[in-house]
Amino acid sequence: MGNIDVGENINIKKIMHVMRHAPHGTIYTYEGLEMILIMAAYEQDLSVAFIGDGVYALKKDQNTAAIGIKGFAKTFMALDGYDVEKLYVDQLSLEERGLTEDDLLVKVEVLGSGEIGKLMNEQDVVIHH
Amino acid sequence: MKIGILLKEGPYNHQASDSAYKFAEAAIKKGHTVDAVFLYNDGVSNVTKLMDPPQDDRNIAARWDALHKQHGVEILACIAASKRRGISDEVLIEGASITGLGTLTDIAIRNDRLITFGD
Amino acid sequence: MLHTINKSPFASDSLETCRRFLQPGDSVLFIEDGVYAVQAGNKFASLIETIQKNNSVLALHPDLGARGITVVADGVRVVDYEGFVELVEEHQVNSWL
Repeated sequence: MGNIDVGENINIKKIMHVMRHAPHGTIYTYEGLEMILIMAAYEQDLSVAFIGDGVYALKKDQNTAAIGIKGFAKTFMALDGYDVEKLYVDQLSLEERGLTEDDLLVKVEVLGSGEIGKLMNEQDVVIHH
Repeated sequence: MKIGILLKEGPYNHQASDSAYKFAEAAIKKGHTVDAVFLYNDGVSNVTKLMDPPQDDRNIAARWDALHKQHGVEILACIAASKRRGISDEVLIEGASITGLGTLTDIAIRNDRLITFGD
Repeated sequence: MLHTINKSPFASDSLETCRRFLQPGDSVLFIEDGVYAVQAGNKFASLIETIQKNNSVLALHPDLGARGITVVADGVRVVDYEGFVELVEEHQVNSWL
């Protein structure tokens, strides 16, 4: 027992960010992404779940030039580089919107609500955006 | 128990500020420590001293100020969200300060709970 | 886990969405406009009843009172802010904003 180092992980928290809004119509997705990028530097156990209109944040072919708002969809592609690798998409939310994994910009794990619910239950902190 | 609060909406437009305040008040009354209220998105507008509601209405900024002074609750506005919305040290109530999202991460780490209020 | 819902179910799908992710033993607390979900006799009565098979359902008294809701659906527990704090003592929180 004396050789097992449990101290290292004791302060690591499981933090899940839940994206629930479509991008651009409100700032929640963009500022949520800013929060995720900062938190990523703190080496916590981060994950991001896309539920409801949140799945639209990952849609390919977004072009915001004509609405005068900075686009940020491609920033989701950079999350991997920040070691944020746990990206979960709610399957029913995709289906209801006529989307499939191929419509999304990044590689994600598509899960049923039961599986995402289990993951939510394991979290120390859940923040909706 | 140590509790952090994340408040994501501005005052008056939504009930979120009132709910967050009532929750903080009740938690303190039950003997818990409310470590900090972190203001994000439009939530940063909660702490401008330029706020001047009619006399018969609550002054939400003054209420946060009092919570800080009476119970030592840190009232923190996110710097990136504040800059976007014209909230700076010049307009801030005494009891609040501007800080980065790293502080929110610390709040999430060091508290037993982080509870979000918003719309 | 404690799930809070603050939107009227007539205006938002927060309740319908949240319920898909509930795990047995989770609690659901309605606050702010969310409390309209538990007004007795509305169209969400059967949904609230279904949720109660695996989860306890609560509503915040000050928010009910503010909205003139005096009768809530069967089995819904009414709590004040002190009760809200007690729920947070027991559970991590998931606020469905």
